[in-house]
Amino acid sequence: MSDRAPTVTDVYQARPEEACPVAIYLSRVPAGFPSPADDYVEQTIDLNEHLIRREASTFFVRVAGHSMTDAGIHDGDILVVDRAVEPTDGSVVVAALDGELTVKRYRVGEKHASLVPESEGYPSIPIRKEQELVVWGVVRHVIHEVS
Amino acid sequence: MDTAFALVDCENFYVSCERVFEPSLRTRPVVVLSNNDGCVIARSQAVKDAGIPMGAPYFQWEERLDAMGAAVRSSNYALYGDMSRRVMHELEQVALRLERYSIDEAFLTLPALERDELYAVAQQLQRRVARRQGVPIRVGIGPTKTLAKVADEKAKGNRPVDTTLPPPGRVYVCPDGEARTAMLRTVPVAELWGIGAAWAETLHEHGVETAEQLRQQPDSWLRRVLTVVGLRLATELRGLPCLELEDVPATRKSLIRSRSFSGRVTDEPTLREAVGKHAQRAAEKLRAEGLVAGYLEVFITTKRFGEPPHYANAAGGTLRPVTHHTPILLRHARRLLRIIYRDSPTYKKAGVILQQLRPETPRQGHLFDDPDPDDVALMDAVDQLNRTMGRGTVGFAAAGVRGERDWTMKREQRSPHYTTQWSDLPVAKAEG
Repeated sequence: MSDRAPTVTDVYQARPEEACPVAIYLSRVPAGFPSPADDYVEQTIDLNEHLIRREASTFFVRVAGHSMTDAGIHDGDILVVDRAVEPTDGSVVVAALDGELTVKRYRVGEKHASLVPESEGYPSIPIRKEQELVVWGVVRHVIHEVS
Repeated sequence: MDTAFALVDCENFYVSCERVFEPSLRTRPVVVLSNNDGCVIARSQAVKDAGIPMGAPYFQWEERLDAMGAAVRSSNYALYGDMSRRVMHELEQVALRLERYSIDEAFLTLPALERDELYAVAQQLQRRVARRQGVPIRVGIGPTKTLAKVADEKAKGNRPVDTTLPPPGRVYVCPDGEARTAMLRTVPVAELWGIGAAWAETLHEHGVETAEQLRQQPDSWLRRVLTVVGLRLATELRGLPCLELEDVPATRKSLIRSRSFSGRVTDEPTLREAVGKHAQRAAEKLRAEGLVAGYLEVFITTKRFGEPPHYANAAGGTLRPVTHHTPILLRHARRLLRIIYRDSPTYKKAGVILQQLRPETPRQGHLFDDPDPDDVALMDAVDQLNRTMGRGTVGFAAAGVRGERDWTMKREQRSPHYTTQWSDLPVAKAEG
């Protein structure tokens, strides 16, 4: 493109596991006495392993609002969402509704499926047949800051 | 044939990425603009249908886009890069082998199955990527790379629907026998992969207008008129693979630039300047040797003994596209340093390591994958000045020019870095 100024092109972000390796340095060895624990050091515990089963289809999404507090999902929490998981009755999902992402409980009823908030005073929303891609992804974990 | 080749192409890739995280865009026309918001570099189907061309200067079409209610986004390469990585990773789950061809295209090998089975595999792939990454893909399949490319063009001919769902029909599997002959009769030679304007003209003079005519030419004629490259192309059109998938080269050469500090360094600006200098030197070295790097690492370390406790760490990141461009390397070096920098230790040494080095080869690739000629000219000028006038005659502010502020590009309507920044995560409402 001739109009492109010779400037920085934003390149891919580093992959998380490459971008932030936990420093694994051997214990300092003051005078040649190795730590008895050195032989047992295999690796550190990686929270990603626990939270992410399929990295390519897992996305983090932040919660805004209070309609899911009874499900343990609070304002400001981070959802670990896997788009590869098929929603079943009872799944907590992120759905695309009216052009926005929203978090709801997915319920399969006799006539139709619905998206159900879990907090006093919020109505549930029926899903029409044609809204096939309404479910954006299934919530697998909630990351909630306690203090 | 032992394997089938598939060319997977993400439909309107940048637009599709924007639509994943902003569902309201799914039903609207969308364009994505180039760096500095100058040109239209990605269009949704509705925008294509409106006749707004690829690469069109935005200001010329601003009113028209406005009138059609189009959403306009500045390019968000952090997002597109991450989504590309995810799509490629997904395709790798299904492919026997994969060659990443550009940010939004990949060649795959698949088991050689019957034609209807290959259709089924391609449609599964479409559903899988649409479901998991939210990106619609087009698939062309054939017994060779060249025929996969032809098939992809055929798939393109099936009119898409403007949605994130893979439209049925955006798949084409190259047929056999008579049907293949009939298909290749409809393909002009000028549209074949690797046939430039000059060859098209030559072939026209010899009365060779279609892919079918080209593959019927005798080998000796092909070799004489189009060199061995043309012969290979014709052979591929006959269904015999000559072009293999290009794997990521296994070369593990690396380049290190580092130095111990003479004094005590504790503050980030000084450390940043040092890392910047090393990155700049490393970039010069790369260019001098005609190499590009695919991976950048930054490391820092304190004195090994004594107080305060020893601290050493490193952070690295993949560079896509591969680069030897100083500003890019500087920027990423700074970002990586920010990740590992800790307050207060007395640093002893800092440096950068470039890995996954490979020769810089001009390749027929993606429009936006190749370095901008202006960028190349700039780097050449910088290197030339530093060679003739002495090192450091011309540098980059990030490598230490006092009082310079970091400049930023004009990207007024850029979407958040949804997948690569904690502060930019997509938001799900829990309000009703």
